[in-house]
Amino acid sequence: MILFLIGLFLLIQGFPAFHVAGWSFFTSSGFQTVGKTKHFGVEASLYGTVVVAVIALAVGTPVALLTALFLSEYAPKGLRPYLIACVDLAAAIPSVIYGLWAIFELQPNVVGISGWLARHVAWIPIFKVTTPKVNASLFIAGLVVGIMIVPIVASISREVFSLTPPGEKEGALALGATKAAMIRRVVLPFGRGGMISAVMLGMGRALGETIAVVIILSETFQISPHILQSGGSTVAQLIAIHFGTGGPLGTHALLLAGLVLFAVTLAINLAASAIVSRSRSGAGVDL
Amino acid sequence: MPRRIGTPLRPRDFGLADVGILVASLFSSFLLVWVVFYQLTLLSGGFGFLVCWYGSFLTLYWTVTSQIIDRRVATDRVFSTLVITGASLVVGIVAFIVGWVTWKGATHVRANFFTKDMSHFSPADPHVLNKIGVAHAIVGTVEQVGIAAAIAIPVAVVTAVFLNEVGGRGTRLVRTVVTAMSGLPSIVAGVFIYSILVETSLSHYAGFLASLALFILILPSVTRTTEEVLRIVPGGLREASLALGASEFRTVWSVVLPTARSGMITASLLGIAIAVGETAPLFFTAFGNNNMNPNPLHGAQQALPLVLLDFVRTPQGALVNLAYATAFILLSLVLILFVLARVLGRPRTKKAVWRARLRSLTQRSKTSEIDLPKNVLMMSATSIQKESP
Repeated sequence: MILFLIGLFLLIQGFPAFHVAGWSFFTSSGFQTVGKTKHFGVEASLYGTVVVAVIALAVGTPVALLTALFLSEYAPKGLRPYLIACVDLAAAIPSVIYGLWAIFELQPNVVGISGWLARHVAWIPIFKVTTPKVNASLFIAGLVVGIMIVPIVASISREVFSLTPPGEKEGALALGATKAAMIRRVVLPFGRGGMISAVMLGMGRALGETIAVVIILSETFQISPHILQSGGSTVAQLIAIHFGTGGPLGTHALLLAGLVLFAVTLAINLAASAIVSRSRSGAGVDL
Repeated sequence: MPRRIGTPLRPRDFGLADVGILVASLFSSFLLVWVVFYQLTLLSGGFGFLVCWYGSFLTLYWTVTSQIIDRRVATDRVFSTLVITGASLVVGIVAFIVGWVTWKGATHVRANFFTKDMSHFSPADPHVLNKIGVAHAIVGTVEQVGIAAAIAIPVAVVTAVFLNEVGGRGTRLVRTVVTAMSGLPSIVAGVFIYSILVETSLSHYAGFLASLALFILILPSVTRTTEEVLRIVPGGLREASLALGASEFRTVWSVVLPTARSGMITASLLGIAIAVGETAPLFFTAFGNNNMNPNPLHGAQQALPLVLLDFVRTPQGALVNLAYATAFILLSLVLILFVLARVLGRPRTKKAVWRARLRSLTQRSKTSEIDLPKNVLMMSATSIQKESP
């Protein structure tokens, strides 16, 4: 019911802005809601949101899945509870602290790589840089968000992996499979649905992540494929930065942006839960 | 010494020679990358060096192992290495963040940070750090999160009981909604509360609104964790209670919930720990304030993550230390809640088990006092009847 209400109210409150901007809300970028020329839209922000989420998934998913495998298959029994607690703790660390850490510790270390990529592999379009600086970029924002989604993806996948029927695992090992082969042939196929849903939940989180992005990314409204260069925008960041600055119309526009974000994440989450309920993961296992 | 292919390898066969291969691969890949990285291409940056080193180490390790032993073994070992690195990376990052915040923040914490607010802040004052503090934010966070938890925990428990004990139609729908809600971006929750209460002039910014937004955020996670806990309550206990004639409500209230109590406490504390750190929904609801405002129902209120974000976004020399200190206070709050949740949720210690056994013993004797007489009377009556002829 709350979900329905959220959608309804955001729709009602965002409608005035839609009335002014029309469909150009989705095809233009910027945030100019006071003064004569009203010009606002979420195109660049949506693009930035997707880019950040994709980078976050590219960084976070492999690490998270490896961690989940370690926790469920490799970790020594005595160590396992502490490691699980550690991963859960990572999920509980406030995002503002991740942001603080990223801007003071992570960014200075990563800028070197960005610079190197920009100098040496600029012939790949996404690594090209046209701004003088390579900090405050979509890439670094994506990296931080990627670190933040690791615990979520890892803990869900671990739960799914640990539901693998022990008989099947032992059968594979008894037939002479190595541990890696056993994981590839038994654990991963069994946990596929759960893995996909974990990744999608992580993606939902990455799409909606606000604070770390606000801290890292310097806001510019441009759609450029050059992810290493300074500047960019995401929907959540747009809402957080411009809240209270654009007059009544601005507020409506932000609520509309919130509705867009809400719709996107809701669609992804529902798809994720549908995949889970259809997959074999966790089903047919009597404990 | 090279093994002949075909010799069976036990899974735990990781002897001295294997350690030697591992160390040699690590060392030679380090040298290789060092030469290429610093001497030939004149690159710099510790992080890039590590990445290149790791990549070439894996390649080298796989090649050497497959030459000496077997390709499958090589794949297996490289995979294990990857898995172990992934996990240690996560643990390392967590330890790094916690250690970094503690190292930066703990030295800057002063007593007046806990007693003063930001109303006397003036950037020019050289002794400004002695006159300001985050007491207002601490009070705000405690009130907002407290109210949110007070609403969310009962609702979550009821929902979890519905999902797990009552069941019936609607379970599937509720579960889907809870799952979808758990992925709700925190900023959307804030915007939503803003749009129904502030935008429509029903209320102005207040700490209470922040509680409502936090309630929406922690409800699904607490519900899901509570449900998991309820699911592991043994079915035999429920059936025993029902068989004794207890109603369904009575069963849930006196058997299921007490059994799951420690797990439910863990779930609630974890939810609270997450709520403490949420920042995004507070922009639109608590709004932030430089003065102490202990009333959550009226007026803008500050909160720890919100004040920390302010410090980070307006970098003024004096405030950086305060920002680190605030981060430390916030993180330690989260850590305390987290550790508390773990300790309370742990399987019972010996002492607790002993105490529970004692309690069950005394209860058993009590029930026997109440229940026995009738039985005894009946028994004795029948036995008397039998014996009498």
